[in-house]
Order: sequence, then C-alpha cells, then structure tokens
Amino acid sequence: MAYSEKVLDHYNNPRNVGALPKDDPTVGTGVVGAPECGDVMKLQIKVGANGVIEDARFKTFGCGSAIASSSLATEWVKGKTLAEASAIRNTDIVQELNLPPIKIHCSVLAEDAIRAALADYAAKQEKHG
Amino acid sequence: MTVKLPIYMDNHATTRVDPRVLDKMLPYFSEIYGNAASKTHAFGRAAEEAVDKARVQLAKAIGASSDKEIVITSGATESDNLAIKGVAHMHREKGDHLITVCTEHKAVLDSHHALEREGFRVTFLPVQQDGLVDLAQLEAAMTDQTILVSIMAVNNEIGVVQPLAEIGKLCKKRGILFFCDAAQAVGKIPLNVEEMGIDLLAFTAHKMYGPKGIGALYVRRKNPRVRLEAMMHGGGHERGLRSGTLAVPLIVAFGEAAELITAKQAEETARLLALRERLWTGLQARLQHIYLNGHATQRAPGSLNVSFAYVEGESLLMGISDIAVSSGSACTSASLEPSYVLKALGVNDELAHTSIRFGIGRFNTEEEIDYTLERVVEVVTRLREMSPLWEMVQEGIDLRTVNWTGH
Ligand SMILES: Cc1ncc(COP(=O)(O)O)c(C=O)c1O
Ligand code: FES
Repeated sequence: MAYSEKVLDHYNNPRNVGALPKDDPTVGTGVVGAPECGDVMKLQIKVGANGVIEDARFKTFGCGSAIASSSLATEWVKGKTLAEASAIRNTDIVQELNLPPIKIHCSVLAEDAIRAALADYAAKQEKHG
Repeated sequence: MTVKLPIYMDNHATTRVDPRVLDKMLPYFSEIYGNAASKTHAFGRAAEEAVDKARVQLAKAIGASSDKEIVITSGATESDNLAIKGVAHMHREKGDHLITVCTEHKAVLDSHHALEREGFRVTFLPVQQDGLVDLAQLEAAMTDQTILVSIMAVNNEIGVVQPLAEIGKLCKKRGILFFCDAAQAVGKIPLNVEEMGIDLLAFTAHKMYGPKGIGALYVRRKNPRVRLEAMMHGGGHERGLRSGTLAVPLIVAFGEAAELITAKQAEETARLLALRERLWTGLQARLQHIYLNGHATQRAPGSLNVSFAYVEGESLLMGISDIAVSSGSACTSASLEPSYVLKALGVNDELAHTSIRFGIGRFNTEEEIDYTLERVVEVVTRLREMSPLWEMVQEGIDLRTVNWTGH
C-alpha cells in the first residue's frame, strides 16, 4: 500500500493525541468502531462558552489511514462552531488525505466519531441544563 | 550498530535467490540452452543431463527412493492442484471423499472447493488452539469412501509443523493416499517421504533461496504406485503428467537450492532458532500483552507470529516500514476479514488484527534481529500511547463489556 504524503505526515506526527476529562460537562466524547473490526476511534471536543470548539483530542486503534483521518478531524473541528463541525463530511477527509477506495471506511469512522462527540456533548448540556 | 536498510524478514512469502544458485543457473540461458527433449544433438543432451542431475538433487532432498518420482511443475500452487485434482479424478470410482484441514494454503483449499462443485465431498478438519490437527479427529473423519488426505507440513502463516509421520501411519492403515504441501518445509524441518509415509509432496524453489516459477510434485512409484490424471496435456513430458518444455535454467537452480539447503540444514536450523529466540525473548522482556500464535516448539525454525494486543497490525507495519514483515490484519489484504488461519486457531478477531509474521531466513543477521526488536518495541509503545483500547485497559475496563458500535 502506498500512503499519501499527508497520511504519512499525520501518522508520523499525529496532531492532538491524548485525552480530555470525559466527565467535564464542556467535553463531548465519541467512541466508534469495534476491536473485532480492527478499528476503534475515540474523539473528544471541548466546547467554550461561546459555542466554539476550543480543543480536541483523539486516540485511534486502526490502520495508518484511520489514524490520519482522526488526527485531521481533530485539527478541523478546532475553532469551529458545533454546527460547522457537524457539517464535516468523510468525503472531505478522503479528498484532503488522498485516501484510496479501500480506505474510505476509515474516513467514515472519523465522521462518525465527530458526530458521536457532538451528540455526547449535546446530551450532557441537556442534562446539566 | 550498522544495518543495511530495508531489512527483509518476510521469508515465508519468498526468499532471495542465493548467489551460488544464481551462478549455477546463468549458463543455461546463454550457453547450454538446448531443449531437454531434443535427444538427437549435443545441445539437447547437455540440457537433459542438467535436468537429470537436478532431479536427483530434488529426490534426495525429500528422501525419495527414485528421481523418477519427481514431476517438475511451475510451483507449489500447480503441484497442489495436480496432486489433489489428479488423485480425485483418477480414483473417482473408488471413492468420492477427501479430507483436508482448514488452515491449509488457498491452493489446497480452493482445489478442494473446485472438486466439491464436481460432486466430491470434502471434510475440512479444524485445528487445535496450537494450530495442530487432532489425530483422533482425523481418524474419525476417514471413511471407506476416502481417497485422499491432504495436510501441509509447515503452515505459511504461523509456522507450525503437523505430525506428518503419525498422519502417514493413519493413512497407510486405512489405505488412503497422503498428500503433503511442503512448500514451507523442505530444508527447514526433518522431512522424508519414506519414513513419513507421504505418497505425494509439493514443493517450490522460491521458498528455499531458488527462483520463482519452478516447483515439483513428488509422486510415489512403489508401495503403493500412485496414479494421477494429468492437467496439462501436450508433448507428454514428465511421463505424461505435465506436458511443456522444461525450464532448464530454473530446474538447475531448483536442484542446486535443494541440495544447498539440505546440506547445511542442521547448522542453519540451530542458527535460525537462536535468532528467533533472541527476537521472541527480547520482545517478551520489553512488551506486555503480546502473544505467540501457534505451537511454541512444533514450528519451523525461522517462524514467529506474534499478536501485539491493542495495536492494529497495519499501523504497526507502517511504523516499521524499513523492515519487511507481514501482518494477519484484515486491512493489509484485499479482503476485510482477518487471517482465516488465526481464526481457525480460535484467536479472536481483535487479536488477529494485531498480528505480525516474522520470517527469519538465511540472509538475516543478529544485528538485523536487534534492530527489528528496537523498532518494534518503539513503535508498539508509541501506538499504544495513542490506542483507545490500551487506555481503557490501563483504566481497568474489560473490553468485552464495552458496547461497541461495530460495523
Ligand atoms: C504452504 C504453501 N503452499 C503453496 C504455496 C504456493 O507456492 P507457489 O508460489 O510456488 O505457487 C505457498 C507459497 O505461497 C505456500 O506457502
Ligand atoms: S482501520 Fe481498517 S482499513 Fe483503516
């Protein structure tokens, strides 16, 4: 498999690896995928009072393209509003990283992870009023 | 420490042609280029002589009693097809049942699938957790209708060695032919068709430091005389079993490779075992949660298949890109299923996705092993730091209790 320059760059220098406190009401956590499928992504966002995502973190078990997709996703959501973040599509990731067809599911997973994090954040907001 | 990069450690996939083998074969392109079937002139006779010599070398390497028992083919895939379909088609009136094992090479499995479509019945035996067949299960599967048992010598993914002599005995007792795919085995484990009761045996040059595209099928001529139906029809070469002009340079190289690997077998086995132990004990000393796939000692000397839990195999390969190894992970192959061999061992999908196959061979050095060890430890550690599974395990979460959103 030949990896694109951008995939290699994200794999070798992943952005925003790590964890945010998942019990913090301003943090939304999304975990998608399953170990049996060979890919699990955890993506977290921290939302400021102004409704803008001020920080993001990820951890990924998966191939290099999955790692790159999630790394890129954290870069992209930072500084975006919740609505803007939810508009990110896996096809944008495919294009940016030059993913081949068999790696499209890795980008789908990253889109799913963003949505799951946003949904978790929304659920927390509802609970905490 | 200076090692030349990249390092080749994928010797199950193929091997480098030994320079001594290459030297022997080259004159057969440019000087001794006759057709081995042209017995009327010197060019042809010289080629024939070279082929005869190689045939003796090949017979010797597997303990065959006669060089007439060697049928030259294009490789183990063809030998597998010829043995399985050839026996089935020849013995159809005697029985319609065949036995094989679900961890065999695809060439063996798919030959059986093709026969199933023709109406033959096939038993695909499971293996035990260590990758070995259960002899009691094998015996129980044998019926009056069984004409062939096909079981490999050394598995290409996990390196385990099947109990060939015991299998041979069981087959003999029931009057069933025994075919063994020994592509990964010749010159690597003790192998003798007479002592092990093997009736047909497939092998190939490119797994023993010879060229690609040349192989052989051993077909027993005595006790019993094995009869096969040919697949390739034509000029009647190889006693009618495989027509086609012989690839003299490749055959010369194959013979030479077989002689070389068996001549130094004991010495080389000891060296490879030491290298494998160095790698395995080094990994165990420095990484937690790693698992050996397949039997610990019943394995070919250069073979090591390890699962590195919580690190996906393809991402690990990417991190050690200056070392050529292969992975049992789904995502490296065209299919999205993890290795069927690891599955058959009962390795769960999650661990199958984290497996790496190291194939240590003749040209690997201790320095290369040490470099590989360092790189693997470094990359596994880095990838675990970014693995959500590793994080959960560190937090004491049992991954089996998590409600995954699998697809
Ligand atoms: C066990 C086994 N059988 C058959 C083959 C096929 O051999 P060849 O490449 O010579 O057709 C291989 C190698 O890929 C193998 O490992
Ligand atoms: S995680 Fe399976 S191919 Fe990317």
